[in-house]
Amino acid sequence: MSKPLLQFTKKGIYCAAAQVYLDPWQPVNKALITHGHADHSRWGHKNYITQHDNVPIIKHRLGDINVSSIAHGENLLINNVKFSFHPAGHIPGSSQIRVEHNDEVWVFTGDYKTENDGISTPYEPIKCNTFITECTFGLPAFKWQPQGQVMDDINKWCAQNNADGKTSILFAYSLGKAQRLIKHLDTSKMNIYCHGAVFKMTEVLRELINFPPTHLITKETTKEELAGNIVVAPPSAHGSPWMRKMVPYVTASASGWMAFRGARRRRAIDKGFVLSDHCDWDGLLDSIEATECENVITTHGYQDIFARYLREEKGLNAISERTQYEGENLNEAEKPIIEDESKPSNTNFSSSK
Amino acid sequence: MKQFAELIRIIDGTNKTTLKVAALTEYFKTAPEEDKLWTIAILSHRRPKRPVNTTLMREWATEISGIPLWLFEESYHIVGDLAETIALILPTTNKSSDKSLSQIIKELIDLRKKEDEDKKKYLQENWLKLNYYERFVFNKIMTGGFRIGVSQKLMTRALSQATDIDQDILAHKLMGSWTGENTTFQELVYQDNEVAMRGKPYPFYLAYAIENEAADLGDVTQWSAEHKWDGIRSQTIIRAGELFVWSRGEELVTDKYPEFQKFLEVIPDGTVIDGEILPYKNGQILNFNDLQTRIGRKTVGKKLLTDVPVVIVAYDLLEWQGEDIRERSFQERRAILDQLVDHIHEKEKQEELDDKSISDSSSTTIPLLISETMSFSSWEEVAQERERSAERKSEGLMLKRKDSPYLVGRKKGDWWKWKVDPFTIDAVLTYAMRGHGRRANLYTDYTFGLWNDGELVTFAKAYSGLTDAEFRKIDAWIKKNTLERFGPVRSVTPHHVFEIAFEGIAPSKRHKSGVATRFPRIHRWRKDKPIEEANTLEDLKALIPTDGGFLKDD
Repeated sequence: MSKPLLQFTKKGIYCAAAQVYLDPWQPVNKALITHGHADHSRWGHKNYITQHDNVPIIKHRLGDINVSSIAHGENLLINNVKFSFHPAGHIPGSSQIRVEHNDEVWVFTGDYKTENDGISTPYEPIKCNTFITECTFGLPAFKWQPQGQVMDDINKWCAQNNADGKTSILFAYSLGKAQRLIKHLDTSKMNIYCHGAVFKMTEVLRELINFPPTHLITKETTKEELAGNIVVAPPSAHGSPWMRKMVPYVTASASGWMAFRGARRRRAIDKGFVLSDHCDWDGLLDSIEATECENVITTHGYQDIFARYLREEKGLNAISERTQYEGENLNEAEKPIIEDESKPSNTNFSSSK
Repeated sequence: MKQFAELIRIIDGTNKTTLKVAALTEYFKTAPEEDKLWTIAILSHRRPKRPVNTTLMREWATEISGIPLWLFEESYHIVGDLAETIALILPTTNKSSDKSLSQIIKELIDLRKKEDEDKKKYLQENWLKLNYYERFVFNKIMTGGFRIGVSQKLMTRALSQATDIDQDILAHKLMGSWTGENTTFQELVYQDNEVAMRGKPYPFYLAYAIENEAADLGDVTQWSAEHKWDGIRSQTIIRAGELFVWSRGEELVTDKYPEFQKFLEVIPDGTVIDGEILPYKNGQILNFNDLQTRIGRKTVGKKLLTDVPVVIVAYDLLEWQGEDIRERSFQERRAILDQLVDHIHEKEKQEELDDKSISDSSSTTIPLLISETMSFSSWEEVAQERERSAERKSEGLMLKRKDSPYLVGRKKGDWWKWKVDPFTIDAVLTYAMRGHGRRANLYTDYTFGLWNDGELVTFAKAYSGLTDAEFRKIDAWIKKNTLERFGPVRSVTPHHVFEIAFEGIAPSKRHKSGVATRFPRIHRWRKDKPIEEANTLEDLKALIPTDGGFLKDD
């Protein structure tokens, strides 16, 4: 039996034929990077290869790195293995990676969503034999409302807070979710103020996307300036002294996890908006169908449950693999306390069928 | 239903008490009378009996959602709430329903008598007509305790704001055995119906645990101390020749304790006593576990009555000669109570002397004792008395300000509980299960082991005692360090040591470890300790008192 085209190794997803890694979690020589979130683009690789739009993002995050880039759909040949990047719709600059070798095609999704969010290049399904898919929200309990409807709710909420003389604080990932909100917030009556992390990342993305004006909150920003306006901040700012200037305020979080009452109540926030940059249950199933794949490898999320469903209900050859990707983590700033990945890889399609 | 679902959505979506009360007040001002009544009933845990069992609900919900049952169960483990899981997985539709809350509840009450086929049709039809929050509320009404972060206290406060009736008076009116079916909003809230009020208990006064030093309470002579007995807090009412015994959970338990019927012979009408129901035999307090054998029974047989007789140890007198005396001082109320109990027992002795033919004197004894009050001249003496709690089989002390009135609900200031320090032991986290409610989807329910011959033997489970931040950290760790999965349970790499606190300990045949502990909970996370330094089973057994332990296990 020949080795699979992509293997799950200690350092990450590995293509032995080309000697490159896809979103590796340990330092390697050559890394193909799907997108700029910290669990996918890590520090310390010798060479980074990504799609053009992602370059300013990972440079902003990782500093002086050796990075080369190609366009969506463009082919890159390494040792006779054909790699290409395709839009994943997850966040600006995000891609899936297609790998072709000896008539066999694999697609690694990184993170993705099917809905067009207005800032990321929309997701395109890619036909393949083996589809490596995230499944952060791979349960039938997750069903997203259309973005327009959620943004409508958010804008109404902000307007109500403004009428009550309160500042709206929205907690969102500083890369991706924050810009998605900023892009669609109604700024006709209110201004958007940002935490440093959000502000800087938004400035980086202005190269690619047109955003309404944002203001950085500095020591000089006065209480009066902020009053009744909208503040966008990363979740880690919640409960910090930094928020004192915004009193009186109301807080909200925008995340897929807000679909669960428990998660909402646990965060001690006033309001939860269900808005995710990952696929919901139907999004996952639709995209798998569109790839026309025979094999599915489920990675981060409810991977075991989702793989079982695909096997038993969809007749697919599906297995799950452990990775160190974190999906939609509500605690952007919190590092896992102990990392121990002792479970061996189980990629072996011939024996699992 | 729309208005009620919207109310629940607002309450559920905030953690600010003021917002919850404001939403409830608005609701009580604007909702139809019948809906208001049912809202009070539901929020005070008086929902109608479950019309459909949850197994069928799951089946019928998965059927119209097109997912296999196992996937529903997996989702339920993760969501952590059955009503919510069903609401989430059902397909969304454009239909809507204009039924009111009271109409839906009436339909659910009627549904109980129907055949399964009709029940299924009703549920599936209605599910598809309701939006997410309406479904959630609809399911919650059917599945169980409506715990959504509104205490009875909050509800009463809102109702008071909406009706301009004093909160404490309302709290009293809302007590007792009324249901949404046998009264109306007008009757419950506005009328002073003598018959309705006859069996009604007063709201219990509950104490907080002492926060710092007992000495901070000031002049010790202002305080009365008594032991905190470990039974069932109760209120005994004698009015118009009838006896009512209420537990603190507002359950009428008169029939479970037939021995208290004797009170009718010796206690005058218009008397209400706050006291503790304790298992008591041959002048000895039995263990709480013995009492537990009586709690679950609907009818009490002769054997149980002989094996586990009960008494009421009286703490306080709330009504005397038909008058509500809660506003009088504790000292004054106790003086009357002491006299009443003394008088009963003296009379009893007299009768025994008069009639020597009765040989079995115990069967005529009135099962009413007094909880002795103690006065001290220094806090050190109070502390010394607290040290004697274990030998007196009490949980610690209650401290009551001598001039305090009997208040409504849990209040700080006049009454404090000062429990004995718990036992503690350092144990290793071995298994974890996902929590429920606000801890849904987090691994927060833990099993702990102690060393025995180089192995970790399970000795207790605990769910509380850590902060949310700590739970999140451990949850993240558990997800990365799982050894095996058994449904919702995961076994984890032994790595973390926790100090576990518990109230009682005794040998047990039921437990693998041979030891049972009472109220185990996490005291703190011993990040400083490697697992090798956790305690052994022998260490735990050494804590068992020589008399066999506070907690006896059958």
